[in-house]
Amino acid sequence: MSSYEARFQVWRGDAQGGGLADFAVEVHDGEVVLDIVHRIQATQAPDLAVRWNCKAGKCGSCSAEINGRPRLLCMTRMSVFDRTETITVTPLRAFPVVRDLVTDVGFNYTKAREIPAFVPPSGVAPGEYRMLQEDVDRSQEFRKCIECFLCQDTCHVVRDHEENKTAFAGPRFLMRVAELDMHPLDAAEEAGLDRRRTAQDEHGLGYCNITKCCTEVCPEGIRITDNALIPMKERVVDRTYDPLVWLGSKIRRRPS
Amino acid sequence: MATGTEPPDTDPRPPGGGVRSPGRAAIAARHLRTDRWWLAPAVTAAGLLAFVAYSTWRAFANADYYAAPYVSPFYSPCLAENCRTMQGGPNADLFGSWWAISPAIIILIFPLGFRLTCYYYRKAYYRSFWASPPACAVAEPHRTYTGESRLPLILQNVHRYFFYAALLVAGVLTYDTVLSFRDEHHAWGHMGLGTVVFLVNIVLIWSYTLSCHSCRHIVGGRLRHFSRHPVRYRMWQFIGRMNAHHMLLAWASLVSVALADFYVYLLASGVLDDPRFF
Repeated sequence: MSSYEARFQVWRGDAQGGGLADFAVEVHDGEVVLDIVHRIQATQAPDLAVRWNCKAGKCGSCSAEINGRPRLLCMTRMSVFDRTETITVTPLRAFPVVRDLVTDVGFNYTKAREIPAFVPPSGVAPGEYRMLQEDVDRSQEFRKCIECFLCQDTCHVVRDHEENKTAFAGPRFLMRVAELDMHPLDAAEEAGLDRRRTAQDEHGLGYCNITKCCTEVCPEGIRITDNALIPMKERVVDRTYDPLVWLGSKIRRRPS
Repeated sequence: MATGTEPPDTDPRPPGGGVRSPGRAAIAARHLRTDRWWLAPAVTAAGLLAFVAYSTWRAFANADYYAAPYVSPFYSPCLAENCRTMQGGPNADLFGSWWAISPAIIILIFPLGFRLTCYYYRKAYYRSFWASPPACAVAEPHRTYTGESRLPLILQNVHRYFFYAALLVAGVLTYDTVLSFRDEHHAWGHMGLGTVVFLVNIVLIWSYTLSCHSCRHIVGGRLRHFSRHPVRYRMWQFIGRMNAHHMLLAWASLVSVALADFYVYLLASGVLDDPRFF
């Protein structure tokens, strides 16, 4: 096993201010950035705040920015960096900082609450739901989301424009709308809830300019833009901008 | 806990905007990326500008677009009276004699609109020309942002109509490719290097057109129950696999259509003789 000394810059501070602090820290083979942050915590800065939990890329707690790129600390191997480079670790820059690497991601929970939940179909009791695999494949891809909020962090609509946070739900929650709109048993429409219209009018789908940063940073490899956001935009076009589809819906013989 | 070592603030936006909003981590730099994040938008911009320059020249040239049996894809179908006569070719004098400028302008609006509103190209030019954003986690320079939620960018939603038009144009280009199996005297059963160029081009044009996100949606994406529509489900899966390569197909077909036009230009201007295989 070989080891070397790496140079780190870790942002330290709180909502009142802060800056990058320098650390020289030992790195061993096979380690990830979170290991190094823990070593800094253990040996040099015991009060360094960092949020983490599973260390397996499944809890979504250790989201941060490494060399300016939103990533999970626990899934970023040290071997991807040149041994001579200085590695910068900062908190997520789209959200208010609490302390050091910990941010307040409450914005996301607010947005989560704004998405109307699954509407159970009438006449089918819980436990009696039956769905075919090909009907749920699309929604299941979105269920892989670990809610690390890296997509929310990197999305320039809110990252670069704080004022858009009220109007824009962000890719994670537009994906949630897509998941429900594609759900074979969701009875929102029968209940008078038009998810396509609310996606555009209430959750800000129109703000998305499909530049795919959410897809680039997703640690679960969910094709957020291609499989959720663009299909939702197309569904909005069906509803709002395409008279041919409207006409087809009036004369179709089978439900979709 | 400011260290006093932050670089000077050169951001034109008012203090407190974007990543420097109050409450966020106090980091003066617009980004901290150390990789060559600027390379992809720069190459994209260069590629698109090169195509725009070339296609503008060729579209307005109104010359050297027909060398029997080949017609440039920029001029097909040719819908004005001032088109060159092409025996059995894609001529239709729909616009009459009042159309005085290049007939390419009439038809190019459709493939141009299709590509301009294409989801891939939108990403490409939003990033490389409008820097919105220039790259992921690199702050954009704009003070405000409304995206595609209002005019003019809400018009991007017409992409579907350009897709319908692009299908028709691709159909005409397919016809042109069939015509390329003639010789210069319009006799059938021949093939030259131009036929191969046209074949490659039409395969790429169709691949790009059918891998479009709107096509994917129309074919099956709009369904809620794939199990009730097994044929459309299969088609949706097939187009989905193509759609994963939409960016590659967008560039490949852009290059191929320019090359097909350039090949016709070389033949029509007498620079090159078409090598005939049989």
